[in-house]
Amino acid sequence: MAPRRVIIRNQSAEANLFARRTFITFVGVLVLLLVLFGNIYSLQVESFKKYQTRSNSNRIKLLPVAPNRGLIYDRNGIILADNKPVYSLAVIPEQTDNLQVSINKVSELLNISVDRQNKFFKSVKRKRRFKQIELHPRLSEQQVALFSVNQHKYPGVFVDARLKRYYPFGKLTTHNLGYVARINRKDANKLELEGKSENYAATHGIGKLGIEKYYEDILHGDIGHQEVEINSQGRVIRTLDYTPPKPGKDLTLTLDIELQMIAKRALSGKRGAVVAMDPRTGGILAMYSNPSYDGNLFVHGISSKNWKKIRNSKDLPLINRSVQGYPPASTVKPFLAIAGLEEKVITPDTKVWDPGWYQLEGLPNKYRDWKKWGHGWVDLNKAIEQSCNTYFFDLAFKLGITKISTMMERFGFGDYTGIDIHEESKAIMPSVSWKRGRYNQPWYTGETLSVGIGQSYWTVTPLQLTQALTTLVNHGARKVPHLLKSIKEPTTSQNNQNQGSIKEVIYEEQAPLMLKQEKNWDFVLNAMHRTVQKVDATAHMPFKGSKYDAAGKTGSAQVARIKQDEKYDAKKTQENKRDNAMFIAFAPFSAPEIVVAVAIENVAKGGGGTNAGPVARQIMDQYFGNRVITSSLDNSSSYTNVIAQRQHDHSSQNYPLENTSLEKVESHNAQ
Amino acid sequence: MRSSGQDQQQVRSLWQKLHIDLALLLGILSLMALGLFIVYSAGGQSIDIVYRQAVRLGIALVVMLVIAQIPPLSYRKWAVPVFVLGVLLLIAVLLFGHVGKGAQRWLDLGFMKFQPSEIMKLIVPIMIAWFISQESLPVKISTIIIAFILVLIPTLLIAKQPDLGTSLLIASSGIFVIFLAGASWKLIGVCVGLASAFAPVLWMFLMKDYQRQRVMTFLNPEQDPLGSGYHIIQSKIAIGSGGIDGKGWLQGTQSQLEFLPERHTDFIFAVFSEEFGLIGVGLLLAVYLFIVMRGLWIAVNAQHAFTKLLAGSITLTFFVYVFVNIGMVSGLLPVVGVPLPLVSYGGTSMVTLLAGFGMLMAISTHRRFHV
Repeated sequence: MAPRRVIIRNQSAEANLFARRTFITFVGVLVLLLVLFGNIYSLQVESFKKYQTRSNSNRIKLLPVAPNRGLIYDRNGIILADNKPVYSLAVIPEQTDNLQVSINKVSELLNISVDRQNKFFKSVKRKRRFKQIELHPRLSEQQVALFSVNQHKYPGVFVDARLKRYYPFGKLTTHNLGYVARINRKDANKLELEGKSENYAATHGIGKLGIEKYYEDILHGDIGHQEVEINSQGRVIRTLDYTPPKPGKDLTLTLDIELQMIAKRALSGKRGAVVAMDPRTGGILAMYSNPSYDGNLFVHGISSKNWKKIRNSKDLPLINRSVQGYPPASTVKPFLAIAGLEEKVITPDTKVWDPGWYQLEGLPNKYRDWKKWGHGWVDLNKAIEQSCNTYFFDLAFKLGITKISTMMERFGFGDYTGIDIHEESKAIMPSVSWKRGRYNQPWYTGETLSVGIGQSYWTVTPLQLTQALTTLVNHGARKVPHLLKSIKEPTTSQNNQNQGSIKEVIYEEQAPLMLKQEKNWDFVLNAMHRTVQKVDATAHMPFKGSKYDAAGKTGSAQVARIKQDEKYDAKKTQENKRDNAMFIAFAPFSAPEIVVAVAIENVAKGGGGTNAGPVARQIMDQYFGNRVITSSLDNSSSYTNVIAQRQHDHSSQNYPLENTSLEKVESHNAQ
Repeated sequence: MRSSGQDQQQVRSLWQKLHIDLALLLGILSLMALGLFIVYSAGGQSIDIVYRQAVRLGIALVVMLVIAQIPPLSYRKWAVPVFVLGVLLLIAVLLFGHVGKGAQRWLDLGFMKFQPSEIMKLIVPIMIAWFISQESLPVKISTIIIAFILVLIPTLLIAKQPDLGTSLLIASSGIFVIFLAGASWKLIGVCVGLASAFAPVLWMFLMKDYQRQRVMTFLNPEQDPLGSGYHIIQSKIAIGSGGIDGKGWLQGTQSQLEFLPERHTDFIFAVFSEEFGLIGVGLLLAVYLFIVMRGLWIAVNAQHAFTKLLAGSITLTFFVYVFVNIGMVSGLLPVVGVPLPLVSYGGTSMVTLLAGFGMLMAISTHRRFHV
């Protein structure tokens, strides 16, 4: 009985114990399930946004789509910078039947070098099998044709087209347009700094020089995006959304490519530059620097061989000479004449005796005139027409450097013209403070004399000359030289892409140069007119027989220093130390439409008139075509008679003799 | 009690004869069906993988039904020899085992690969339940110590393979038996104290580098988001981005775009949570709770201490599966290779699991015999 009882009691006690323990574990199970559920709740409800974002950033990728770059046209709509498709051969390894065999066969068909094949196989190892890899970066049209016919034999191999910049005129436009080339680290850093990196995510090239650089923001356009879903290996599964890129805007330049061609032809074989500008607007009609180089070479990445060739050429083709400083020589005499008249240190009738040299009192140095035996008595008209140095030595002495540099700066010398390319040099307008700053030396009066004939430290760019001349012909109105004429705004509707509205760019004038005596403008302009029109004047020869009425001024700049009493002989001088030839001109005289500045380096013989003048003539001949334009002031048939009269009578009708005696001038001189 | 039991027996007679516990079967089948849908979604929407899983489930169900036919008290006579054989096999694994995935778990029998640790999941609770049920409950300290050693032998052998997940499950299956057998709270307190004192020793000397790495990753997965932290980060992203109502079946981006690793096996819960959201998770946990409740009900109503302890241990071990897997996938626990029971794709563990359910069904349906 007893043991049986124990067993029965034991069993029910056991059952109770077990039930209690089971209940405890069940409570434990419930608690743990609640913990699990609570944790999932916090993930799915409280942190839902966070994980949703992370899930989307896992799978959604924005693929940038590069915008097409804006095109560039000349003023007549001729295309100067185009986007041309470049064909590359690409392979998606995954889609080929047998990668090795396919590559070998295609390489044989298209004659692809072993080097390229090896390079390809190297990148195959680095990339995923479904990503496209380039086998050949640039196929010729024949290769494209040959491959297209055989494409069906090579699954996974295809031709990929991409737009690249192309400059149809090559060398002719490089100094103006600049070029587009691969974005390098420096560019990337700059874009980053300016917060533009995102917009360039898909862009390969960036404007490096000239217009391409200056108007990069307008030409580039806005990036588009393809929103795709990718899997964990980065394979694109599908496109979710597409925002098309906004193409860059097309630019029309003031440049006339035909004029540009003439400029190139006129400068062929010479080192130098031509700038032609419309003085009514400041629009550059032609701007050419010789020698030049082909910007297209840089678009695809220039070969080191070509780069060395350009870089090491002693003619320095990389330099844009139209915006580099040259000693202006006598081309600045008309501007100095304005300064003299305006500061009243001379009058139109002030006469100076020119024995062939100028000498400062008490000093042994003789400042030579270009005419060894001198011009005799010279007034301002004759001084400009004959480019008399002695007169301008005297004028410079009377003005002093400070008055000269102040007035010349008002013409824009020694400062940026404001043209829309970044390569411009300020050149040098020397002054007392400039010399102090540059050399820490005082200014010497002798240097003032040299400045009087556009020498010494003074340098001007051909572009500055055209701007100054524009100011002169505009009677002080100051135009900003520019290349950009208009911008094509794309229409909002995408159907009519060609119907963009043309927006002309308006350039604000700089503060005008106001003279106290307005008539001084005409006096100097008339003198320049005679310099061309008078038979024996220095700039007559180049424009002999022209059908339009031109005015101008020559210049011959001494490059090497010539010792006292030494005679300059171009033939005996080293090529790079020979004189530079300069020329400025405008036409028609009565209502100027074009101003031209020419600089030619190290001419073998003669000066501005014989070397640079003909270049200006060719430009103007092209510009005016067969138009016959004569001066409205002298529209009588007896124009040449008037000139002849003036030859005898040096007093101008516009500038009657004032009571300024020769003695007075000389006393000034003595001071 | 007796009379109502007789009534019930008459009502349930058909299932009773087949030795099937209907409630348990319904719970199991609903999880299996759900599992097939998720495996399809997680396995790259390949129908092949679903077929393979279905075949496995079929085999496992057959195993369950066969085992359900065996009277549970008869296990007792096999407990000792099978336990000894199992331990020998585990030693054999360590000596001659087949190395896979950096661990030595498999024994190559020529015609098939065999994982003795799986069988131990069933043998250990049988062995311990038999050992303890020989005396009356509550269990005595001396018995507990011996039982503890019996649990420790296979646990350490499996941990040495190394297979932390399985050794954890086996240890808990044994410990559950001891707990249910009424081990005194004082003793439990001492054991918990000892265990926490032992933890640093475990960390310093016994754990392997990769195991320590797993724990570090668990504590801060973001320290190596593309390396060791990748699994858990992607898993949490999948779960979290599912939100309340989920992304929809086959619409889970984390799983369909393959950001989530081990999608159809250990991390299948993340796929489920992403596609079915918190609502789905709630329902899934409810089904698991239902199965656990049914299992505990069977245990409480079992008529012998051995079957009570065995049923309780099997049920709770099943719950440990669920808790460890979901806890690990959702970032509560370090990554341990434990599948989500009845849902994850995979063969061996499924068969063991259903064999366990077969025993539960046997315990539930054979109660009239041997009284």
